[in-house]
Amino acid sequence: MQMTLLQRLDLYLRFSLPVALTILLAILGVVPLHAPSYAPVAPMLVLASLYYWAIYRPQMMPLILVFLVGLFHDILIGGPLGVNALAYLAAYGLVAGQRRVFLGKSFGVVWWGFMLVAGAVEALRWILISALGGTVLDPLPGFFTYVSSVGVYPLLSLLFSSVHKLIPMPEH
Amino acid sequence: MMRIAVPLRSFAQRFAFVLLLACAVAIMLVGKADPLTFERARTEVTDLVTPLLDAIAQPVATAARVVDEAEQLFALRDENARLREENARLKQWQSAALNLQSENDQLRELLAYQPKDAVRYITARVVGDRGGAFVRSILINEGSDGGVKKGQAALVSDGLLGRVASVGENSARVLLITDLNSRIPVMVQETRIRAVLAGDNSQTPRLVFLSANATVKKGQRIVTSGHGDAFPPGLPVGEITEVGEAGVRVRAFASEDRLRFIRLVDFGRDGILTPPSAGVSE
Repeated sequence: MQMTLLQRLDLYLRFSLPVALTILLAILGVVPLHAPSYAPVAPMLVLASLYYWAIYRPQMMPLILVFLVGLFHDILIGGPLGVNALAYLAAYGLVAGQRRVFLGKSFGVVWWGFMLVAGAVEALRWILISALGGTVLDPLPGFFTYVSSVGVYPLLSLLFSSVHKLIPMPEH
Repeated sequence: MMRIAVPLRSFAQRFAFVLLLACAVAIMLVGKADPLTFERARTEVTDLVTPLLDAIAQPVATAARVVDEAEQLFALRDENARLREENARLKQWQSAALNLQSENDQLRELLAYQPKDAVRYITARVVGDRGGAFVRSILINEGSDGGVKKGQAALVSDGLLGRVASVGENSARVLLITDLNSRIPVMVQETRIRAVLAGDNSQTPRLVFLSANATVKKGQRIVTSGHGDAFPPGLPVGEITEVGEAGVRVRAFASEDRLRFIRLVDFGRDGILTPPSAGVSE
């Protein structure tokens, strides 16, 4: 059956939701909230999104886009270029490779997986930024970011799964 | 070695994965060797995103203000009493400042002193906060179109916040003085001892390159020295809070939280700072 142009456009838009949502979260992540001490402990919204799609719909999030989202995020926060690109790619490749471990499992298992991945990513960022800066940074802010990310993940997961319902399954 | 399975099954995809990882590492190394390489790409992306951030940031700021004001209603009486007291104290300072000003004017006249270009301030809105735990910079909604130049000092009412690190057409990035990469030439106001204020991502940047026999004390004020780039001398920076084996630490006057507007100091290369309206110091 042939699809009309409008139907096809609709489908493309739906397929691009995961990437669009991830970019939007990167932007929302730097909006000043005017809350004291919020910014240094702001959760890793982009990582949460990548983690979710790596498990449930990796076809919607090609590696090159993960890489570009990472570079975009680096530019947005003004950090050393490539750090998030590397961290997100590594995390995404790892999770997408092991997605069978999480698919169809209870939310607790998926959340536990996020705890591991978020910890690894924040540690990698700390190592890379310390190395590029030629010093050993205080890891404590990273730990706070990690805790807030893990804490916020269930809420984000609700958002992702409601967006997920808008994306049709591929026909095979 | 972790098994990279289903979606990365094909050789092409594995190859792409490794290639992209290598790209990321290469970008990091090139960016480290010469930070200017990607400056253009950076400013173009921030120019593109800033109008969007600006649009999102305003309603968020309004909501935050409503909450703030509701909180303040409860504290009105206390606040009022505190402000009266502060006002009385500031009036004393004002008369002291006026006396000093006239004395200063007379002395300048005696010396036939020629004041140079006045300072111009550019006000900008903060549209992008610090992102993540290990980076300390903010994004503002003014760029080269608004007269922003690289190296300009960024102030909030309390003191020096940072310096402009990169400039696009309608956006600029301000590197905060607490950032790992921030180095600001400063001096101890009382003794005129020069040093460099070096950020290390902690709340209290360190004073480095102090001469060996220089003595500094807790509580001394630190101001910009005006050496090096286009920074005017005498901008308030912070106060020494720690003198010890671990180095000399400074607590910045400027708070990095709740930033809404900042002022950039447009300062001609050979200019001199006219006293800012609020700047009454000892």
